[in-house]
Amino acid sequence: MPFKRYVEIGRVALVNYGKDYGKLVVIVDVIDQNRALVDSPDMVRGQMNFKRLTLTDIKIDIKRVPNKKTLIAALEAADVKNKWENSSWGRKLIVQKKRASLNDFDRFKIMLAKIKKAGVVRQELAKLKKETA
Amino acid sequence: MAPQQRKPHVCRNPDLIRGVGKYSRSKMYHKRGLWAIKAKNGGAFPKHEKKAVADAPAEKPPKFYPADDVKKPLVNKRKARPTKLRASITPGTVLIILAGRFKGKRVVFLKQLTSGLLLVTGPFKINGVPLRRVNQSYVIATSTKVDISGVNVEKFDDKYFGKKVEKKKTKGEGEFFEVEKEEKNVLPQDKKDDQKSVDAALIKSIEAVPDLKTYLGARFSLKAGMKPHELVF
Repeated sequence: MPFKRYVEIGRVALVNYGKDYGKLVVIVDVIDQNRALVDSPDMVRGQMNFKRLTLTDIKIDIKRVPNKKTLIAALEAADVKNKWENSSWGRKLIVQKKRASLNDFDRFKIMLAKIKKAGVVRQELAKLKKETA
Repeated sequence: MAPQQRKPHVCRNPDLIRGVGKYSRSKMYHKRGLWAIKAKNGGAFPKHEKKAVADAPAEKPPKFYPADDVKKPLVNKRKARPTKLRASITPGTVLIILAGRFKGKRVVFLKQLTSGLLLVTGPFKINGVPLRRVNQSYVIATSTKVDISGVNVEKFDDKYFGKKVEKKKTKGEGEFFEVEKEEKNVLPQDKKDDQKSVDAALIKSIEAVPDLKTYLGARFSLKAGMKPHELVF
């Protein structure tokens, strides 16, 4: 019931609206009740409303408003990229992106693979059913 | 002498904003070198004599003036060109036909004809679509490409696909009462041979890619949950 993810300096968040949709950013300062100063290796440091951010579990160790070099070093040290890509949330996002970028031919190949897998599963099920019968 | 390569000339008077040049009239005079041309010519700009115009023969007033003013149609210099081909359609692209008896069929694009229509083939053995013309608007281009280098499509043009003109038979009264013999439209053998020769090379390159043959044999359809505006083809 109590909160587990807090807005603090170093909290990694996912942008859920706007130009930087889908990017991971780090909260480097809190401006006021609604806005944070936010930074990321591939964007210019700027303010963002908290409503545009979704907090993640990842937190890095930085001082208030570090310069870009220090920020990148801290991100490397905490291994944010790998932690994110191995988390279940991060993996889900990667799968969503892959599904959205599928070609018509890719969708066809996936359909064939699904049918094949279902056939194998059904065969095994039939075998098990026969054994218990 | 071989034609000289002219370097593209940079503008002498670049625009600061539209309508305002960087250099004033006096500066431009100097830049154009008119002072040098005048100096070479001894103080005045070189003139040349006007060619003597031969006296035009006296025009007689016309014998006839039309009663009403006839309007001349406006001049139209547009040239007929084949429809602009979408950048996503290149020779060898797999297209999805959206209308007609082959709707939903996935088909290989060969070339664009001079009328603007796309020349397309199944290949016939794979999905039953023969060498056929199809309009670009009724087609979705996928990003799947087939290697089309072994195929020769030079001989196909719009005339190849035109309707055959039959010689009209002179009608006699007796023939009205006879049962009209229906001539079945048999496809001439040379068209069948053309189809075979085009498809032979294509089928080889199609079989080189796994699953592509079954892909081309299957029809496309929208299933539940597919949003066409979000699909990547």
